[in-house]
Amino acid sequence: MMPRNRADYPLNVWYAAAWGGELEHALLARRICDIPLVLYRTQDGNPAALEDVCWHRLLPLSKGRLDGDDVVCGYHGLAFDPAGRCTFMPSQKTINPSARVRSFPIVEKYAMVWIWMGDPALADETLVPDLHWNADPEWTPALGNTIHAKCDYRLVVDNLMDLTHETFVHGSTLGHRAVAESPFDVTHSERFVTVTRWMKDIVPPPHWAMQYEYKFGQPDRVDRWQIIRFEAPSTVVIDVGVAKTGSGARDGNRALGVNGHVLNTMTPETATTSHYFWTFARNYGLDDPILTERLRQDVIRVFGEDEVILAAQQTAITQNDRKPFYNLNIDAGAMWARRLIDRMIEQERPVDNVAAE
Amino acid sequence: MTTAWSRAVVESIEDATPHIRTVILRPLAGFVSYAPGSHIEIQVETGQRTETRHYSLVGLPVGGRYRIAVKHSPDGLGGSRAMWRLAPGDHVTISQPKNDFALSFGRADYLLIAGGIGITPLLGMALALKQRGASFRLVYAARRQEDLAFAAELDAGLGGAWQSACSAARGRIDVRQLLSTLDAAGEVYVCGPMTLLDAVKAEWSQLGRPLERLRFESFASSGHFAAMPFEVELPRLRLKVSVGAHESMIDALARSGVAVMADCRRGECGLCALPVLSATSPIDHRDVFLSEAERQQNARICACVSRAAGGTIVIDDGYRDRHDIL
Repeated sequence: MMPRNRADYPLNVWYAAAWGGELEHALLARRICDIPLVLYRTQDGNPAALEDVCWHRLLPLSKGRLDGDDVVCGYHGLAFDPAGRCTFMPSQKTINPSARVRSFPIVEKYAMVWIWMGDPALADETLVPDLHWNADPEWTPALGNTIHAKCDYRLVVDNLMDLTHETFVHGSTLGHRAVAESPFDVTHSERFVTVTRWMKDIVPPPHWAMQYEYKFGQPDRVDRWQIIRFEAPSTVVIDVGVAKTGSGARDGNRALGVNGHVLNTMTPETATTSHYFWTFARNYGLDDPILTERLRQDVIRVFGEDEVILAAQQTAITQNDRKPFYNLNIDAGAMWARRLIDRMIEQERPVDNVAAE
Repeated sequence: MTTAWSRAVVESIEDATPHIRTVILRPLAGFVSYAPGSHIEIQVETGQRTETRHYSLVGLPVGGRYRIAVKHSPDGLGGSRAMWRLAPGDHVTISQPKNDFALSFGRADYLLIAGGIGITPLLGMALALKQRGASFRLVYAARRQEDLAFAAELDAGLGGAWQSACSAARGRIDVRQLLSTLDAAGEVYVCGPMTLLDAVKAEWSQLGRPLERLRFESFASSGHFAAMPFEVELPRLRLKVSVGAHESMIDALARSGVAVMADCRRGECGLCALPVLSATSPIDHRDVFLSEAERQQNARICACVSRAAGGTIVIDDGYRDRHDIL
């Protein structure tokens, strides 16, 4: 256990480790929370996660192979079961009782595989972040490409919690002055922060004009919404859409609109890199794979623009000694999100962990 | 693996039983939290030199202190006697917590079997399982009621989830019966004297349960015989070495200039195994490296923890003058 002066991420949470479809009966190496892991499915199809380091001579187990449900080290053949117990040692009749590698609780939910890097005793499946739109017949998800974001996961949270940047970063697809000019509300609880922004009676930007016309056959002026919900520490679901101006969307009637949910969940790889999983789920044109692919490509393009910004921002933060940020009114959602993250990290600091004398 | 050492001060000492003392250590360089099953290493001065001893951390981490329990064993090695003599205010050198006996998560059922001082790692495990709401049972064997350390703590923390078995009153625990009550997907954790571990191992393999579900930790502090002096002969070196009751065979060999290789020094790794040519007395195999069949063959001895029950044991070593190859 490496003592950390100031943790960058909580550990007693579920982080997305992989897409469900990405995990097979084969070894997959992935670093999460600065721990190298080897992930695989057992023959029953259950996900398994071990620390990617052989107990004996530290060779990454991902360089080895699977034998049934056991991972066999590619160097001297030590074998470890999905619980990390050694089941084979060469040239001896017994197994050293100390031999094991760390295993991690891992579950599959909402088309993703989730891992618990902290105290396994606290791993409660009901705490998996709510991304149910990924597995809901009312919604069709366009599963994203996994972004290897070259930044602290909190920079992605900042990015998603304030969509003012759409005007400036995504001017050709999502943004227009209306986003930056419209007021927003911020609410918060112990686990969630919600930022709500309505843009009334606007000409929709290209990405939304396309979707509106897909459903209704003709362009129109719309009321546009962005309801951003952060779930601590690193999941952001954005309820987005447009509806015909004045058709009652703000009062809950979205019948004359198109609606999507941008599902984002970020997993710290290191303090300054992240695995960023996203989906765009929609509630219309459910059986149109061409539309799914078009939306997927649209979002890939948008997030590609963010990726460049975030990597450059991380580089600057790393190189810059000054307190990195000044804050604006628009940062309220991000600031609340960071406060919830900080609180989670603080709660994990063992209260007994005080230097005596 | 390198160990980072730091200082700790003995804060208090208490008698848990007539033969077990708990020692509360306050680390001076900061407390590092630990999971159940963890131990710390302590460097103890035995007069001539410094020895390293392993002590399980007792209970769950609270109060920024490490709690260990030390058994008074008149026939123990020098280190244990030095630990027994500790007094409040003394300084000791300790390692950070390490865990070679980690408690798994998510098993259908758990059975913890403690014998005597073997309660030390299992107490924290039982409390952790209780907190998790897991299905588990702790059976704690000791000679007499008064030899049960931490009984009040177990009552308070576990309620009816633990039971004692006092051999002086009702005979030894029925290991087979105990194991057969465990769920087929369950796991057993054993810590206690070698005889208890041997019994559990034998029954476990009789039941055909998977070996990796039998977890045990033995600091090899006990064997099948009391530790007594014995002689070691190395005919190739024309050497005779006397091993005292309070020293290990490997230390006696090293003291006499025999080059030996060892690592874990608790009978797990097998690096120190030496060929046995003959023995006049039974060999007390205290390691867990050799299998039961290998023990019976008596062809090798793990010199770090195993001993002869008196008499003379004749061994070979690996030193050769010539290293010609053809």
